[in-house]
Parts: sequence; structure tokens; C-alpha cells
Amino acid sequence: MRVMVFVKATGDSEKGAPPTPEAMKAMGRFNAELHNAGILLMAEGLQPTSKAKRVAFEGPGRMVIDGPFAETRELVAGFWLWEVKDMDEAVAWVKRCPNPMPGPSEIEIRPLFEMAEIEAWLPPEVLEKGADRVQRWEALHAQEAAAAKTTALDVDL
Amino acid sequence: MGASETRQAIETVFRIERARLIAGLARLVRDVGLAEELAQDALVVALTEWPKTGVPANPGAWLMAAARRRAIDAIRHGKMRALKHGQIARELEGACDTAEAVEAAMDDDLGDELLGLIFTSCHPVLSAEARTALTLRIIGGLTTDEIARAFLSSEPTIAQRIVRAKKTIGKAGLSFAVPRGAERVARLSSVLEVVYLIFNEGYAATAGDDLVRPGLCQEAQRLGRMLAGLMPGDAEVFGLLALMEIQASRLKARTGPDGALIPLTEQNRARWDHLLIRRGLEALARAEALGGADGPYALQAALAACHARARSPAETDWPRIAALYDRLRAVMPSPVVDLNRAIAHSMAYGPETGLRLLHEIAGAPALRSYAPLPAARGDFLFRCGRLSEARAEFEAAAKLTRNTREAAFLRARADACQIAHPPTHAEK
Amino acid sequence: MRVMVIVKATEDTEKGIPPTPEAMEAMHRYGEAVAAAGIALVDGAGLLNSSQGKRIAFDGAKVTVIDGPFAETRELIAGYSVWEVKNMEEALAWAKRWPNPPSGQSEIEIRPLFEWQPTDETFAERVL
Repeated sequence: MRVMVFVKATGDSEKGAPPTPEAMKAMGRFNAELHNAGILLMAEGLQPTSKAKRVAFEGPGRMVIDGPFAETRELVAGFWLWEVKDMDEAVAWVKRCPNPMPGPSEIEIRPLFEMAEIEAWLPPEVLEKGADRVQRWEALHAQEAAAAKTTALDVDL
Repeated sequence: MGASETRQAIETVFRIERARLIAGLARLVRDVGLAEELAQDALVVALTEWPKTGVPANPGAWLMAAARRRAIDAIRHGKMRALKHGQIARELEGACDTAEAVEAAMDDDLGDELLGLIFTSCHPVLSAEARTALTLRIIGGLTTDEIARAFLSSEPTIAQRIVRAKKTIGKAGLSFAVPRGAERVARLSSVLEVVYLIFNEGYAATAGDDLVRPGLCQEAQRLGRMLAGLMPGDAEVFGLLALMEIQASRLKARTGPDGALIPLTEQNRARWDHLLIRRGLEALARAEALGGADGPYALQAALAACHARARSPAETDWPRIAALYDRLRAVMPSPVVDLNRAIAHSMAYGPETGLRLLHEIAGAPALRSYAPLPAARGDFLFRCGRLSEARAEFEAAAKLTRNTREAAFLRARADACQIAHPPTHAEK
Repeated sequence: MRVMVIVKATEDTEKGIPPTPEAMEAMHRYGEAVAAAGIALVDGAGLLNSSQGKRIAFDGAKVTVIDGPFAETRELIAGYSVWEVKNMEEALAWAKRWPNPPSGQSEIEIRPLFEWQPTDETFAERVL
């Protein structure tokens, strides 16, 4: 399963203060461990919200709001994407993370939606289109046979 | 935290540490089975201690120290005949068994030990089946039951296979060290073969109800990423990783709602995983930067990358694919590669080219009962307007395939030859 | 440059109410339009609501695990995308075209990413 693991912002991250060399080293070691365990898919830092914008939607209305944003507890400072066996594994790894901030901080773990769950929401017509496509492929007309161009087998490489 | 939660958390930490722990112990005691037992003993101690003290800051070092103490205890009580070998016993007793000392020692060659264990579990003295089962067990940490289910075997069969594999390794007296030089190249191909075997079993399952088993692919990708971390200078490691990441990007598009396999050119590309494609392309770039552009895995990855870069089948860079197949057949000669090359050339340069290339390989014994060969010839003939010949080829192909969906598809193509009136050169 | 586009949670997403079929189709068409404009989608996904999530609080050496759900919806993320764009203006232009449901209220936050330099000590080498 994939999880998003993100570091909530603090006053320090919002100030844009760079981490200490020791903190960078410790986090670098942690990232290397994640990398070597084969579970790290993405790792990114987000610039402070002084560089950010928000778009607020209300019905058809769109309003652009410039950062910085005051409510620090609402903000994210960085995130990882991990491929793990289960939430237990994610929690075990987060517990090993060096404190990402100079003071108290919080990391949140959220599982991603799997394609199957999203498909459960799709209207049946959309799913049927997929089946249609397979059927069409199996009973080709001449024009479509010419368009198919490849052999029956998966030209996979 | 309740007692059961703590147990679960401890077992999860152990799962994370297990492969490295076994690797370090195997290097010491020169026996995989014994290393596993000692690791398990360490877990038992952890389950007793950690609920009181909490999980230590460096759990790997703690477990290693605990395992070493167990080994020393066992020697002193004459319990481990395998450890009677004086030198090993001295090594164990001589080294400090505090967690700090172990931590210091481990920092030096931790990666090396794990890599050594991977090379050992993939040693060519073992059969491919044995290598796969053993690697999934001691490196991947899968239970024998999980491995049995993945390969549609029974748990006792897999358990036996693993026991025999460990005995074979023991008898062969393998050192668990990472091979160097020329031996390393040969042994590495054995490792990559195992990883790709696991991947393929998940990508195009050879048996069972599910056509794809994403869990197995993920296991192989994880192993591939681990290897890339442990061997950052080896081009083919990145070539294999690139190939797996890109192929895995298509897993969700590969099967239709009715479970049918959807070929590449028919897949809904919106369902391709862009993150995996990007990772695959980066791994491929790394392989090429390391000078490994002509490695077999790198070339196969480059082929997969051509498709990954095309937003639709019409945008596929077929001349590039054709050129890549030209290079692939030089390093990985096989009739199937030749066949795919003919198809690629036909896509890039026209069906007559495809027919000419097929003519060159038609006699290959390996292709005699291979349905894609007459299927490809039928396709080229169809596109040349030679319909009655095309029909014969499609019918021959339909007879050769054991896959019912494929047979139906080929018969439909044969039928289409009767009613089709594709524009001839004269009509155009 | 790359930006993270964060879709903030709402009461509906926290309740686990799935989007309507029309909303799903609109999202799909939006994604295709974004891609056709040449904006590279690096990744994007929806997050299960916070009842499936956990938080880990760090305070000095103390580490505490807190199970979801989390009450302050305004603090929560429901989904994300990472885009490769020319500049913030391009990101903003596309974010404004997000297919918001006709009667709905939602908010998107656009955050430029730190771009790793080869000399950064935080990674020994580019993460793969």
C-alpha cells in the first residue's frame, strides 16, 4: 500500500530557517535508510507559504489568496510517499525519523486510495466502455484490424 | 498502549531489521539456518524487554547484540555444534557484545553484509526455484505460506525447498562475502535473474486465476531498489530497476473489468502510474550515465520507456524501438527478440520490411510452435493486401495458441480477411 | 519548477462520501486537459479520510502515536498532485479551472517545492 507521510509546518519552517547541519545529516541518514529499504517513492520539501497561493472555490466562484498563511497547524512543510506492507510498517518507520523540527513537531500518515476504490465510484457506463473496448478488439472489422497493427500478443517491450 | 499493540509494533520493527540481522549473523556463523534461529531468539528477547524499555533508538544493533549473546551462551553450554569451529567461537566471544560496540562495527560494513547475503541466496549452485524461494524468505521476509501462495505451490513444498537450499549452501561452503571482479559480474546476473523472475510472476502470472499479482511485483521492485542502493555503480542493476518500474506502471491498465489481459496498444494510458514511469526513466538515465546503455536490461527498459513516453499509441516512436531491438539482438540473441524486432520494423518501415525480416528467422526451431510468429506474418500480409495468405496464417496461429482469448482474437482476424477491402496501392 | 497542489479536506471528504459520477468525469476531463497542456503530472492521488490516518508527535525524545480521525478539518488534506509547470502563474491558471462541484466549497493550496541541488547534504545522491 502507498502512504503519504507529511511533516506539519511549525513557526520555524514557516520562517524559512534552514535546518542545522546536524539535523540535515540526521535526516539524510534517515532518507538513506528509507531508500535502502526500497520503500521510498518520493521525498519533497515544500517552500514556506510566503511563496504559496490558495484558490478558494465557492460554487462557480474562484478567489486567489496569497500566502503566507497564518494558521500554521493547517500547513504542510514536507512529505514522503512510501510503499509499505501496512500501516504498522509506516508507523514503525516514522518513529525512527529524527525530529524533523527544532521543537515539538508532528508527522501525519495517510493511506492513498487504491484504483479499485476509485473505480467503485465510477458510473457503470464508464466501466462498460472498458468492456466494450475489449469486445470490439476481439471482433474486429476490417478497418479496425488495419488500425490494430500489432499481433495478438502483448508487445510489451 | 495495550500489550498486544506493543507486540505488533515490536514484530514490525523486527520485520524491518530481519534481513540485515540475518546477514550480519550469517557472516559470523557461516550458516543461514543458524543465523535465522539466532535472529528469532533475539526477537524473543526483544518481546520480553522492549515492552518495559521501549523500542531502542538503534533496534538493529540491539538485536544483533542480543543474538550474539545467545550464540555465545549456546557455545558455552555446548549447544551449537555448528559453532564449535574455534575461530567462529573466538570471533563471537572476542568482540564486545554491547549494543554500542555492535553499532560501531555495523556502521562499517552493514551494506556489504546484506549484499553478501543476497548474492549467497541467489547463488547459481541453487536452482532458479530454490533461489527465488530462499531470497523471498530471508531477504524479502515473506512467510513460506505467502511464498507458496504466490507461486501456487504448497507450504510444505516451499518449506522443503528452502531447507534443501540452505543445506546446499552449507555444503558448498559459501563464504557469504560479496564477490569481486569477474565472478561478481556472473553472480550479479544470477541475482538480477531471480529478481526479474519474481517480478514476471507478478506481471504475467503463468498460472492461477489472477493474471497479475501486484504484490509480487512490489516485492521485486523493493528488492530492485534495495540493490540499487547497495550497488550504486552497477549499470544493469539500474537497468533492471528501470524495466520493472516502467512495466509496473502499467499494472492497473493491463487487465480489463472482466479480467481479460489488455495488450499495450489497447491500454488506457490515463491509468498508467506516472510516478513509476518517472522513476523508471530516472533509473534508465542512471544506467546510461554509468555506461550501461547496451546492457540487456537497460535495452529492454529503453524499449519499455519508448512506450511510456508516448501519450497515445499513434505517438509511439517506432523507428527508435526498431533501432533498440537491433541493439538488443546483439546482446541478448533469441528468436523471440528477432520476432519482436520484425514487428517493430514493420511498424516503423512498413509490412514488406516486416515480412523480409520474418523470412530470415522463419526456420528457427524455437519458433516452430510459437503462435505470435504466424500471427505477425498474418498481420504483415493483411497490411500488404495479401488477404488469402493472411487468413491462412491467422488460422495457423489460432491453432497453435493455448490461450482461448487469443485464439478467438486470431480467428476473428482470419474472418476479417474475407470481408476486408483495404485500399491497394492502385486505389490510393 | 515543481509544485504540490494540495486539495484540502471538507466535511464530505472526512465523512467518506465519494464524489458524484459527474464530479468524477469532470475530474477525469480536467486531468486530460492539464496533460494536453503539457503540464507533466509527476504524481497525484486521493488520501483516505483521517479515520484511516495516524499522527506521530515528536517532543524532544518523546514519540507519541495518535490515531485518527482528527477533528480540525481545516488542518486536513484530502488529495494532492505534483505538477511540473513553467511558473506559479501557470499553476495558478490551471488550479482555478479545478472542477469544483456546482454547489460546493473547497480550497486548493499551491506550494512550490524545494529543488534539490547536487551539492545538498540532505541526500547523498539523487533519490531514486
